[in-house]
Amino acid sequence: MKPGNPFVRMGHATLEGISRLGTATRFLLQILWRSGTSWRRFHLIVREIYSSGVLSLIIIVVSGLFVGMVLGLQGYQTLRTYGSAESLGVLVALSLVRELGPVVAALLFASRAGSAITAEVGLMKTTEQLQAMEMMAVDPMARIIAPRFWGGVISMPLLAAIFSMTGIYGGYMIGVRLLGVDDGAFWSQMQSAVDLRDDVVNGIIKSVVFGFVITLIALFEGYDAVPTAEGISRATTRTVVTSSLAILALDFVLTAFMFKGA
Amino acid sequence: MDRTLLDFWVGVFVAIGLAALFTLALKVSNADSFDQGKTYTVKASFNNIGGLKVRSPIKSAGVVVGRVSDIRFDNQTFEAVVDFRLSDKYQFPKDTSASIMTSGLLGEQYVALDAGGDSHNLKNGDTIRITQSAVVLENLISQFLYNKAADSPSQGNAGNAPNSGNAPAAGVKP
Amino acid sequence: MNIKDGSIDSSIDDSIDGFIGSAKLLTCEIVYMRSICHLLVMPLECGRFLLLIINSVSTENLVDIRRVSFSYRNRSVLREISMQVPRGKVVAIMGGSGCGKTTLLRLIGGQLHANAGEVLVGGQNVAQLDNTALYRLRRKMGMLFQFGALFTDLTVFENVAFQMREHTDLSEQMIHDMVLMKLHAVGLRGAQQLMPYELSGGMARRAALARAIALDPMLMMYDEPFTGLDPISMGVIGNLIRRLNDALGLTSILVTHDIEESLKIVDYVYFVSNGRIEAEGTPDEIRVSQQAFVHQFVHAEEDGPVPFHYPAPDYAQDLGITDMRQAGVGQA
Repeated sequence: MKPGNPFVRMGHATLEGISRLGTATRFLLQILWRSGTSWRRFHLIVREIYSSGVLSLIIIVVSGLFVGMVLGLQGYQTLRTYGSAESLGVLVALSLVRELGPVVAALLFASRAGSAITAEVGLMKTTEQLQAMEMMAVDPMARIIAPRFWGGVISMPLLAAIFSMTGIYGGYMIGVRLLGVDDGAFWSQMQSAVDLRDDVVNGIIKSVVFGFVITLIALFEGYDAVPTAEGISRATTRTVVTSSLAILALDFVLTAFMFKGA
Repeated sequence: MDRTLLDFWVGVFVAIGLAALFTLALKVSNADSFDQGKTYTVKASFNNIGGLKVRSPIKSAGVVVGRVSDIRFDNQTFEAVVDFRLSDKYQFPKDTSASIMTSGLLGEQYVALDAGGDSHNLKNGDTIRITQSAVVLENLISQFLYNKAADSPSQGNAGNAPNSGNAPAAGVKP
Repeated sequence: MNIKDGSIDSSIDDSIDGFIGSAKLLTCEIVYMRSICHLLVMPLECGRFLLLIINSVSTENLVDIRRVSFSYRNRSVLREISMQVPRGKVVAIMGGSGCGKTTLLRLIGGQLHANAGEVLVGGQNVAQLDNTALYRLRRKMGMLFQFGALFTDLTVFENVAFQMREHTDLSEQMIHDMVLMKLHAVGLRGAQQLMPYELSGGMARRAALARAIALDPMLMMYDEPFTGLDPISMGVIGNLIRRLNDALGLTSILVTHDIEESLKIVDYVYFVSNGRIEAEGTPDEIRVSQQAFVHQFVHAEEDGPVPFHYPAPDYAQDLGITDMRQAGVGQA
């Protein structure tokens, strides 16, 4: 059997994929198992919230503002045709809270914080820092990986909420201040249309799931990287690609589950 | 980086994030956190409020003078009781009338106030007596069809008209 | 040059003497404080301490490697290797690149497990320890990685303080003093606030050395400590290894291929090649050895028992020359 045979290649790729998935699952279990230390020494997590959350703040706020402003413009153009420009608030808020907030914030988070995590962990592996730590009787899983994981999981929903809020404010600026939609109608229609459980809470759940998945992928790719310069660059690329695909696919699955009954 | 500075920024970040979460949550809870300034409340009863919502605008001569603060159903009179929160800046005579209007064909519904000629002004807790309910589109259409059929029973093929609610079938038949 | 050497030596001597003096004082203090803090745990700790003493008395060799084999996937790296590292000695493991020297260190540190045979450290079989016991054992080991492996996001000071913060509840003041002592011992007290990327190769190596001895280990392992250093830094590191070993009562294992520098400072040498021990002996025995392998290594000869060429098929055949010649013959 030649190795170039498409079936051989497909089989090989499938097995490889399954084995990587298995390794990643074991990796996740180890993180959860050894998270005790990082919760007891919370400043470790605080440090990671800083590097994945605070440092992503600017890009999140700016993108949120622009996305909201575009929604305001586009929504107004469309709604005006039906004489219901007052529903602009509903359109902006629903699209941000349900979809764009969690998804776009997660995509930005993957490329800003996820790639940084992969590069950092990969470099630590390449320069033997992880092994050195192990030899110093400090578990890198507990000291390096777990705090980064929880930092990401905590940061993500906050970033998504900030994104949605700035987006709604951007839509408000354009819709109400610039295009003259009624202030009260904007907010009142939004309030009556946006549901706390169905929209806001579901959006937050989505962003928590995304944070979980992105950080896990980023950490795993970094920890699993081939310890060379090329290996790290490939791992970083893979983090962004894999987590972006995972976000979009998961978004569909979650949405299908959440709004099935609604 | 200094530990304190780092803690500070993380604190700021978490505070902003939580504030955003709360604002998102409060958007839904209808908590009146956007109205400022002194207000007084008057109420009015309507047979039908149509699509009026809490926080819908109250306009007089097209100017927003207040917002709907509460909508209840009165089980004695079987009417909707609507609370208006009006700004202290605007005073209206006692015999002011309130009607529920629609901006545009499908647009937002609002309350329009028409000032009367009474020398006394409305005070907090007063009731507006003269009200006009919302126009319900279906009723309007059926009324229109009914009138049309009544006006000219011989004209037009009424069999094509939608046989809606209270449209009297007898009148439509040739 | 001699004077210069002497002055360097004496200054290192001074710093190490001072370091040991204060270390003893501090150790007393620490023991005192800890005994107050952990009065309840005392009996347990005492028992463990006694066990340690018994262990150390009963086994003369701190590290004992018995007929160990190891292979990466299908590539055999070590084949039934046996070696002993006596307490208080500096032992070098030498051999060409990629002959499994670093693997040996990993086996001792418990990062890898042997396929066959056993690795005993202080009388304990490393492969049979559970995670907790292994980590307890590792606290008594220090390892200097090839390029230092300093934590790049921490200053030199924090690097050295790392283990103290992780493993002890010492006060900030005490950590500060101990870190300065360790840094002084390697001559980097002035560089405490620098970041690792601001250090030269030699300085990074020394900072890593200070970090490795932070908690006074009983076993030090050096992975290629001389690679990529200028002659002065090399001499400094070599001297530090020997002096720290004697002054702190350590046992040291040195993995290197720098024969000249290591023969100056070690007590015993093992030569590893092709996963086997080809030769062993004291530095003097090695220098005069007539064994072909050792001779080639000591005198840096290009070809010998260690071939210049990686195993390959016949050169002419690889180039296809034989075929051409045959074709040529055919044409003629």
